[in-house]
Amino acid sequence: MGSSARQVSHHPPHLEQYEATQTEWDRIAATKEFKDLMATKKVFIVPAFVFFVTYYFALPILVGYAPNFMATKVIGVINLAYLFALSQFFVAWLIAWLYVRAASDFDELAKDIIEDAHKQRKGA
Amino acid sequence: MSTPLIMFLLFIAVTLVITYWASKRSSGSSAYFAASRRITGWQNGIAVAGDYMSAASFLGIAGIIAFQGYDGFMYSVGWLVAYLTVLLVVAEPLRNAGRYTMADVLAYRLKPRPVRAMASVSTLTVSTFYMIAQMVGAGALVALLLKDSGISYHTAVVGVGVLMIVYVVFGGMLATTWVQIIKAILLMAGTILLSILVLAHFHFSFAEFFNAIGSVTYHDKGELVTKDFLQPGLRFKPPYGALDLISLGLALIFGTAGLPHILVRFYTVPDAKTARHSVVWAMVLIGSFYIMTTFLGFGAATIVGRDFISTHGGTNMSAPLLAQSLAGDIFFAFISAIAFATILAVVAGLTISASTSFAHDFWTNVIHKGVERKPGEEVLVARISAFVVGAVAMGIAILLGPTANVAFLVALAFAVAASANLPVIVLSIFWRRFNTAGAVTGLAVGLLASIGLILISPSLMAIDPPTVVGAARHLIQAKAIFPLENPGILSIPLGFIGAIVGTLVSHEPTSQHKFNELLVRSNTGLGAEKAAAH
Repeated sequence: MGSSARQVSHHPPHLEQYEATQTEWDRIAATKEFKDLMATKKVFIVPAFVFFVTYYFALPILVGYAPNFMATKVIGVINLAYLFALSQFFVAWLIAWLYVRAASDFDELAKDIIEDAHKQRKGA
Repeated sequence: MSTPLIMFLLFIAVTLVITYWASKRSSGSSAYFAASRRITGWQNGIAVAGDYMSAASFLGIAGIIAFQGYDGFMYSVGWLVAYLTVLLVVAEPLRNAGRYTMADVLAYRLKPRPVRAMASVSTLTVSTFYMIAQMVGAGALVALLLKDSGISYHTAVVGVGVLMIVYVVFGGMLATTWVQIIKAILLMAGTILLSILVLAHFHFSFAEFFNAIGSVTYHDKGELVTKDFLQPGLRFKPPYGALDLISLGLALIFGTAGLPHILVRFYTVPDAKTARHSVVWAMVLIGSFYIMTTFLGFGAATIVGRDFISTHGGTNMSAPLLAQSLAGDIFFAFISAIAFATILAVVAGLTISASTSFAHDFWTNVIHKGVERKPGEEVLVARISAFVVGAVAMGIAILLGPTANVAFLVALAFAVAASANLPVIVLSIFWRRFNTAGAVTGLAVGLLASIGLILISPSLMAIDPPTVVGAARHLIQAKAIFPLENPGILSIPLGFIGAIVGTLVSHEPTSQHKFNELLVRSNTGLGAEKAAAH
């Protein structure tokens, strides 16, 4: 919905449109509530991203540069390389699950900001 | 009529009924491009999985594991982990701030016309290259699966092409979504069944199964060899194997979140929360599927064997041949039909994302400056461009022929998505200073670097022995200049550098002023377009 796309003439009336002045956007961005939302998101997303990228690239790096170590057998013929690869799936699922839990907090914070913005517009 | 052909026709009949149903619900831009944003979280999750898991995953990875063991399984890992980037970084902001294409988000605070034009070029490049790879693969595969019914490569390509055009032109995003959902369910069902049969073959003993993987016998250059297929190193060999693997990982991790046909799926749900849940649903399906490639790939290696697969159609036939050896011709037909459904769902997704970008970004916003001259024009242009894109892909696939070396096109699509699309999406959402010049140079550098590096890579440059003839020969008969098949490790940093340098050498105060609007919208969903009622 860029500035140009907004000119497309026939928006169905039931869409929840919200247009505001530059000053209003700046005001919302500067509120404590919005800053809290951004901080809360950052606290989860940045470490989660760094962790999964590190964990994932450890696999090709170890397999590529320490193949003999990764070939160490753990259970029967099953080696470290296979177990580490398999663990990637469960780690990815775990991070996704943790993110969904954390994101319900983001939703709560965002809800307040949206309600406040609509209230401000009606009040104006 | 052979059993596989009957199953193919059955699938076609069901999908055509869906297309007819969807065609009555596809008028208006939001309905046609975004299925009225009424797809639910789990439906979209299954559809994302159906959109994503191509024949290259299903047949290709099973084949690589069957032939090269553990190294093939490494591919499986990246295809799932990539979704964490989609989940944590792009899905929700994109849904909150965009309407139909990734360029919607870029156009928010940047100059819409240059940015949309460039984003559209990048989208069309990714989609068309990926589609040609799928079509050539599809033609060869369908011809092989249906060889008893006398279906040739050309007939198969035309059949796949016509069907994808029909789905997209008449049924829009709604039909595409349901074709993808049905395909994903079939693919999961087939994979679970095959996995159970593989385990049953080993008397439901994991110990017996893994012991068999530990000593796989086959002929290599005429000699009988026994290899432990769980050991790394059968595919990725020194000196560049490890680097190529890392480069591939980078393209997957950063490219998946820049694939236009995946991104458009997040516009079909009512809000960002649903988009988030749909990624999680997709991850459950995609992860389960790739874990099961253990059974498909190693099962084919141990039960069918490399020697037999080599003489019966080659690596891509590993999974269907495994099905045949475990449960006979009916199951072979079923797995073949799933492969066919898989191809159709993916090419339909590619067609709709390409045509949406052309109609919405290029036609409406670049040529006509954001004004739709009469209602329905945007959808009409999309339908026409879906037809043209499909016809062009069909034509190129027929010209190239079944033996063409096209696997590199998939690597190219991911490289462009990772090096051109992802940097500008991320910088546009997160970097206040970012501007139009940065977006245009970022897209251009990422695109050109990916194409340039692939051109001088071993995928296109090699010296073939005279026994290799025709389209299978490498384009440039010389030693490759760039040693890796996957350019990501170089092209992704270049894309980011292009975007950053382009930004820093230019000055555009409006893009910085308008950053707050994008920041608030993308993080809260304030004013995001909701589901349309019928």
